[in-house]
Amino acid sequence: MADMKAQRDAYGEVIAELGKKYPNMYVLDADLTKSTKTATFKKEFPERHINCGIAEGNMMAVAAGIATCGNIVFASSFAMFAAGRAYEQIRNSVCYAHNNVKIVATHAGLTVGEDGATHQCLEDLGLMRSIPGMVVLAPSDAGSTKAACRFAAEYDGPVYIRLGRLPLTCFNDEQNYKFGLEQADVLMEGDFATVMFCGPFYDLAMQVREIFANNGLNIRVVDVPCIKPINRTVVKNAANETKAIVTIEDHNIYGGLGSAVAEALAEEKIENRNPVELIRIGAQDRFGKSGSPKELLASYGFDAAAIAKKIVDTVCPECADKFKF
Amino acid sequence: METKDFAKNMRKLIVEAIYNSGSGHPGGSLSCADIVAVLFNEEMNKSCECPNDPDRDRFVMSKGHAAATLYSALALKGFFPPEEMKTFRKIGGRLEGHPDMKNIPGVDMSTGSLGQGISASCGMAVYGKKAGKNYRVYTVMGDGELEEGQCWEAFMFAAHYKLDNLCVFIDFNGLQIDGEITKVMSPLPIPEKMKAFGFNVIEINGHDLDEIRAALKNAKETKGMPTAVVCHTVKGKGVSFMENVASWHGTAPNKEQYEQAIKEIEANG
Repeated sequence: MADMKAQRDAYGEVIAELGKKYPNMYVLDADLTKSTKTATFKKEFPERHINCGIAEGNMMAVAAGIATCGNIVFASSFAMFAAGRAYEQIRNSVCYAHNNVKIVATHAGLTVGEDGATHQCLEDLGLMRSIPGMVVLAPSDAGSTKAACRFAAEYDGPVYIRLGRLPLTCFNDEQNYKFGLEQADVLMEGDFATVMFCGPFYDLAMQVREIFANNGLNIRVVDVPCIKPINRTVVKNAANETKAIVTIEDHNIYGGLGSAVAEALAEEKIENRNPVELIRIGAQDRFGKSGSPKELLASYGFDAAAIAKKIVDTVCPECADKFKF
Repeated sequence: METKDFAKNMRKLIVEAIYNSGSGHPGGSLSCADIVAVLFNEEMNKSCECPNDPDRDRFVMSKGHAAATLYSALALKGFFPPEEMKTFRKIGGRLEGHPDMKNIPGVDMSTGSLGQGISASCGMAVYGKKAGKNYRVYTVMGDGELEEGQCWEAFMFAAHYKLDNLCVFIDFNGLQIDGEITKVMSPLPIPEKMKAFGFNVIEINGHDLDEIRAALKNAKETKGMPTAVVCHTVKGKGVSFMENVASWHGTAPNKEQYEQAIKEIEANG
């Protein structure tokens, strides 16, 4: 299970599989077929793959038009141009019209790396989450990417699926892992604090857990691949049963997982603690920049020791001296 | 019903609906009424008995602010009762200010944000070609709408995929909200640009029913490329005080103006 695989490779494989199951499935791309991996579908079903060129706004409304004829349409580009540039086409032609379009946006977040800020979309979850009726998914490995796409194909209505560029540790089974609305998986139980992550942060979350384990403390680790609708029970339980919640996302702290969790905390009845300590790890209202993904993540605070320190400072500042980071 | 009378009844419903609601877009709704009348009354394979027939011809009002024109044609064709036009733009009704495909039978695409309807039309047409369907896709666009860059992305797409099942009518009335299109942001020359983008281009008087019919015939006979029918029209056509006046783009008539408009429309026929 410790293999590494890029989510977009899983995406290419799963749409080729879904193309067999659904003869009414079409896949659209905007001149990035080799990067988004829709080329895999094109090879199998050339008649049902449509390259729209570098024109994402047109692509989203073309997708809507194809969907009006009773088809399932997957449309892909980089997150910046899918959710960002084509926001209004997604809002009006796809979502307001409730057309059956699945937007699978790759290369999201800082982990794009060297291409820098113009290509590092840190706002897409916020943009997509604010559209009525849109389901927003940020799967966390190859298995959950496949499950998210299978779910999206089955689901009648618009879905946004956010994928990253880097190979990620595989922790969900590619064939058998199932996905539904409000998907949230408690991977590790714990009572000291809860780490909730989405996207490329399984390894980081486990590293944070490891640091606390070395200090005799248990961190709950929750994978939250469904950002909207968010699983409020899992959030509520984390607030009631652990001393702090940390959200980790390759996104601005506004609009994404951290915001969704904060909203749930503000509205749910939390028995034990009010307010609940919430630490949002993400881009702190900043744009990205060029660099290797590893260097970028470190410089934006995605670092296990730094996160552990924040948790200790919040939950038990008096323990900091004795804590081994 | 003769198409001439169909168009006249459409105009009456348009003006009445906008008067009742106290808001709407009479100028651009009246300028494209004759085009829409020929399409709905003669040309399209589209019926209220089976509004979602997968083989029906598609109609997209890309200039969605002319919703009243589309609704009037649908009402006259039995998709909903003409009396329902009284609920246009009113809370509790389904006749949204801009066309809503979710709730209104016969509306093939939700439009209103300019430039998107033509792209959706391309989606319908490219699917029709790929799936071997015989339906045709008809789209009405505004001349001011051509200022949206997305239109040109869609035109590029339509020519690239040889969408000869797509016929685009451009309602060339020369006016937009802020005034003459040539003064606000000129999209001219339209026919030359459309030709350069790979369209079969026909220029007609958009109020001459025979010229509209001839253009439709030409479009159907043209293979391997989409057709654009550049329709010279008069904004506010049929109501003397609205004709060629930009301020009637988005203004409702008062009672006196409404009564005068109905009188004129009836007399014109």
